[in-house]
Amino acid sequence: MLGFLQRPVVVTADINLNVVALTAVGLLSRLWQLSYPRAVVFDEVYYGQYISFYMKRIFFLDGSGPPFGHMLLALGGYLGGFDGNFLWNRIGAEYSTNVPVWSLRLLPALAGALSVPMAYQIMWELGFSHCAAVGAALLILIENSLITQSRLMLLESVLIFFNLLAVLSYLKFSNSQKHRPFSPSWWFWLMLTGVACSCAVGTKYVGVFTYLLVLGVAAAHAWHLIGDQTLSNVHVLCHLLARAVALLVIPVLVYLLFFYVHLLLLCRSGPHDQIMSSAFQASLEGGLARITQGQPLEVAYGSQVTLKNVFGQPVPCWLHSHQSTYPMIYENGRGSSHQQQVTCYPFKDVNNWWIVKDPGRHQLVVNNPPRPVRHGDIVQLVHGMTTRLLNTHDVAAPLSPHSQEVSCYIDYNVSMPAQNLWRLDIVNRESDTDVWKTILSEVRFVHVNTSAILKLSGAPLPDWGFRQLEVVGEKLSRGYHGSTVWNVEEHRYGRSQEQKERELELRSPAQMDASRNLSFMARFSELQWRMLTVRSDDSEHKYSSTPLDWVTLDTSIAYWLHPRTSAQIHLLGNIVIWASASLATLVYALLFVWYLLRRRRRVCDLPEDCWLRWALAGALCAGGWAVNYVPFFLMEKTLFLYHYLPALAFQILLLPVVLEHVSGRLCSPLMSTSF
Amino acid sequence: MRKGIQRRWDETHFGKMGSYYINRTFFFDVHPPLGKMLIGLAGYLSGYDGTFLFQKPGDKYEHHSYLGMRGFCAFLGALLIPFAYLTVLELSQSLPAALLTAALLTFDTGCLTLSQYILLDPILMFFIMAAMLSMVKYNSCANRPFSAPWWIWLSLTGVNLAGALGVKFVGLFIILQVGWNTLSDLWHLFGDLNLSMVTVGKHLTARVLCLIVLPLALYTATYAVHFMVLNKSGPGDGFFSSAFQARLSGNNLHNASIPEHLAYGSVITVKSARMAVGYLHSHGHLYPEGIGARQQQVTTYLHKDYNNLWIIKKHNTNSDPLDPSLPVEFVRHGDIIRLEHKETSRNLHSHYHEAPLTRKHYQVTGYGINGTGDSNDFWRIEVVNRKFGNRIKVLRSRIRLIHLVTGCVLGSSGKVLPKWGWEQLEVTCTPYLKETLNSIWNVEDHINPKLPNISLDVLHPGFPEIMLEAHMVMIRGNSGLKPKDNEFTSKPWHWPINYQGLRFSGINDTDFRVYLLGNPVVWWLNLLSIALYLLSGSIFAVAVQRGARLPAEVEGLSQVLLQGGGQLLLGWMIHYFPFFLMGRILYFHHYFPAMLFSSMLTGLLWDTLLRLCAWSLASFSLAGHVHALGILSLLLGIAYSFYLFHPLAYGMVGPLAQDPRSPMAGLRWLESWDF
Repeated sequence: MLGFLQRPVVVTADINLNVVALTAVGLLSRLWQLSYPRAVVFDEVYYGQYISFYMKRIFFLDGSGPPFGHMLLALGGYLGGFDGNFLWNRIGAEYSTNVPVWSLRLLPALAGALSVPMAYQIMWELGFSHCAAVGAALLILIENSLITQSRLMLLESVLIFFNLLAVLSYLKFSNSQKHRPFSPSWWFWLMLTGVACSCAVGTKYVGVFTYLLVLGVAAAHAWHLIGDQTLSNVHVLCHLLARAVALLVIPVLVYLLFFYVHLLLLCRSGPHDQIMSSAFQASLEGGLARITQGQPLEVAYGSQVTLKNVFGQPVPCWLHSHQSTYPMIYENGRGSSHQQQVTCYPFKDVNNWWIVKDPGRHQLVVNNPPRPVRHGDIVQLVHGMTTRLLNTHDVAAPLSPHSQEVSCYIDYNVSMPAQNLWRLDIVNRESDTDVWKTILSEVRFVHVNTSAILKLSGAPLPDWGFRQLEVVGEKLSRGYHGSTVWNVEEHRYGRSQEQKERELELRSPAQMDASRNLSFMARFSELQWRMLTVRSDDSEHKYSSTPLDWVTLDTSIAYWLHPRTSAQIHLLGNIVIWASASLATLVYALLFVWYLLRRRRRVCDLPEDCWLRWALAGALCAGGWAVNYVPFFLMEKTLFLYHYLPALAFQILLLPVVLEHVSGRLCSPLMSTSF
Repeated sequence: MRKGIQRRWDETHFGKMGSYYINRTFFFDVHPPLGKMLIGLAGYLSGYDGTFLFQKPGDKYEHHSYLGMRGFCAFLGALLIPFAYLTVLELSQSLPAALLTAALLTFDTGCLTLSQYILLDPILMFFIMAAMLSMVKYNSCANRPFSAPWWIWLSLTGVNLAGALGVKFVGLFIILQVGWNTLSDLWHLFGDLNLSMVTVGKHLTARVLCLIVLPLALYTATYAVHFMVLNKSGPGDGFFSSAFQARLSGNNLHNASIPEHLAYGSVITVKSARMAVGYLHSHGHLYPEGIGARQQQVTTYLHKDYNNLWIIKKHNTNSDPLDPSLPVEFVRHGDIIRLEHKETSRNLHSHYHEAPLTRKHYQVTGYGINGTGDSNDFWRIEVVNRKFGNRIKVLRSRIRLIHLVTGCVLGSSGKVLPKWGWEQLEVTCTPYLKETLNSIWNVEDHINPKLPNISLDVLHPGFPEIMLEAHMVMIRGNSGLKPKDNEFTSKPWHWPINYQGLRFSGINDTDFRVYLLGNPVVWWLNLLSIALYLLSGSIFAVAVQRGARLPAEVEGLSQVLLQGGGQLLLGWMIHYFPFFLMGRILYFHHYFPAMLFSSMLTGLLWDTLLRLCAWSLASFSLAGHVHALGILSLLLGIAYSFYLFHPLAYGMVGPLAQDPRSPMAGLRWLESWDF
């Protein structure tokens, strides 16, 4: 216990001055005059608004990437004491004094700076000389496109950092595999690989390609491990389990953690609420939660409800009716029933209220105790303000002639009887006797007489329908589709017998208590799904380019231009590095195929360990370039030069690999014995 | 087959194209020509005269002889079963496996339905299976290289590859599979040190000849026949470039002679250089309210029409340049001109309003009355890559029209306008001056009585140019088939679980209905088998890699499972997974080639597994019968399920399946099946 009295405390520090020097130069290049220009540069206008949302803790939805990257940027803002008050609307706008530009740009710059020593480490771990390693680091250091990208509030440098970190820690792990499996450092690097991978994916979706590459290499190594018959079966199983946990389970957990923190931070309702489901909105502070808090859970006969369409395309809307009737004759000469219009209306309105009625009784109030409505029950829907019943019949709908018209029934005494019975079909029921629940239940209304299903067709009606959205009865329902499914959003038990009182009641805000919380997994899956499916308008951009332009550097992006002095920031690659890296890739590919063919004919130019090193370097560097580049050919979104930078970082690493190999092996064959 | 006197679904499409071949009129389709050519040939030989109109599904064939075409397709569809039988027999060397496969395909209602009608799919599947069979056959000839059967099977593989690609572009998948097989085969030979490099070279040359040169030659030959047969102008002309159209008799460019240089007062049509976009067009309809300025629409239109005609005028005078007293004045590169729409006398106009679909571009309209407009009607005409002051040649000059006031370039975005624009394509004025095909046009028709005509024979394109152009047009056409909003579309994940079928004909209960749906028992068995295969395959693979010693019998079975089954699984994956990446609209029948492979896998897997069972139970007395009993019960089960579901394929009359009196009562196992 008091061992330090007997023996001196010895700290053996092993400092690689190369790494220190490289880190210093990296920091210098990335941090020098970081807060210049004090103006919004290019995509800062885009990320900035999300930082502001984080600062104000307002919920937002961004389809461009998972939240980790955004949160990192917001962390910079948090450290700098940013209050989120800045209007991010124009590139080139001067930052006001409350925006801590330096600390906002700090984290991407640090990530960019640390990529430099990491390049060195990767080369070293791959088994190449210090000379090659320093070369790789210097190339990353002086590549001006990487510098430009790291010095701004953008995410590419963060993505590159985590990509490199994942590769580096995997290499460290696989090197310690040879000597000391299951040692602490072995575990550390293995776990770090998994965490770095999920950070990369969490920054941008394209990080998934690097993750897949690392998984692929790990799988190949694991396959060799299985073939190693010196290890016992139990040993092999332990190895495989450790890898599965670290590379499959941990990344998923970390990824979920990002969303957990994201949803924890963003707890207030904001401008993007509308896209989310009622249940999700109700989980945010303010907004819908203020209204729905305290609603009764179970819908009963006599309940007053608003019905929201689950699909909500083109806009989220509620089932609606109003005094106006369908025009007798449409513009194209077809006739209608001339009954009261039923539409879907994208705004809150007193005409969105409907009353659930038992067909067998006349009263429109809730009994005591309430009689809940269950799956399969037959109900009538009474429009609150006009007390007309929701009806559909064999008349063509105004804009979708293959479907039935839906109306609120007016008896004109023209031998067109009311057909106003609907069977309730709870889509997400757990059992066949499930009760219809507010917000949570997704229901379909199946018409009893014609088995048509109440559906939002999404077409805007002409002027006579006040440009509200058309609602139809779909006769040929083809499986589940969100446009046929509705959920109760606002809900209260009706109390008033008289129509006058009821109208008053409908106009007054609902207040009752009970609360419902959506589980984290439900919120996560909904948010993730919306993020992946939210449609960004694929507009072309002045500086957009195609993947082919990137290799030839036939494109550039003007990031910022000073309005008076014409000082500017321009994203442009270093053509020398660019061209030589491409050349190195080509040379590598040719040499690789050549060696591979020769080895197949049992002519071994390289000793086995040298060959393995060469193949691993290629798999990670050339492979990293390929997986981060080729998929862009298949993407349909607007692409920019900066999308190429992650691929470029890997390609640059390949250059010293090829140079060292060529100089060591081909130019001076005498040296080859030293390998 | 005879019962279907009405035409079904896609028969409208391919039957019509068969008629086109018989009538020798030129048409355009997104698929390569071989399939339709064969249908046409079958129709021709069976006495069909090509006069039936094929206008809409459900028309009666009446006296037209259509049985030849249907019989041809059905015959090819029937051949799939022996092909699958032989393939599995070759791969597994086991009769029960082959029988099981044959039974699966015979008793599958989906395959049956698909091969009954005039469709491309039976032809495509025929070639795919034939290619697979010949590949397997030549693999088993590997021990006798360069023998006669070896050559025959190798070249037959090539022939069938050409056939598959010639019917539909998805034939590419079987080419990938054969390519992969060939590569691994060559790799194997290359590693065999007993073979000299000369022998390996011979092997390589043989494969290049039979699998690359031969299919290419045949594929090209089908196009040669296609263009030779279709030498009359028809409905597909407008999709192709002006030079292409000059080959078609009956087209106004065929043997035409028109003035060579553009002069003021000429009446012209302007065609986009981008393929399948069409002519600059305007018509007497306005842009609807809310979409830019309410002026006359300008679009591009693929068909020839009087509304495609424009008069080229000087920007500052409105005098008639065709007045014989005035000298002819040629339009030169860099001139400021005005384009007046001939039918409506409005000028081509643009202004700072956003375009209807591409919001970042400016709107293009027709403006002015009788040719009098404003300065927004002035355009500068430029020839790409030519010097200023040069005259502009009809057809051969690639021109750009630059709007004088805003500086934008007239272009076509290629997007389809909604109903108000008659689903023609959008024309915009793009402020991005980057040179793309979208903004390049050429003058096609040219009428000017004051100029001498020259013959256009110089235009005749060579065969390679025609081939290339036809492919470009097809690829663009294919990617243009996008699903519309709010439309229920088939998704690839629906297919293997048989989620939803395709209605071939008839909707109501009185109609004769045919519904394309796989036999659910067969399909779900297939799905189960894929999972089982992955499980058992990986167990065997790991065992082999761990160096476990298997008994000789199990060793043989595991070889069949890993090698034969591996090829089939690869086939299934190659024919299925690429659909997830496709942006075009997808249909259920796209899965059928993959389904063939998965059925073969099922046959092979169950036979092997049952043999393994029998082997492991060998100590029990009845063990020998396990295998036979298992196969027999599978066969009987499949046959019985076919008995249940056969009305889907052979047609059903009577009430829909909900009704207990329907022939299909109780068989609607999934709610999404709508029969």
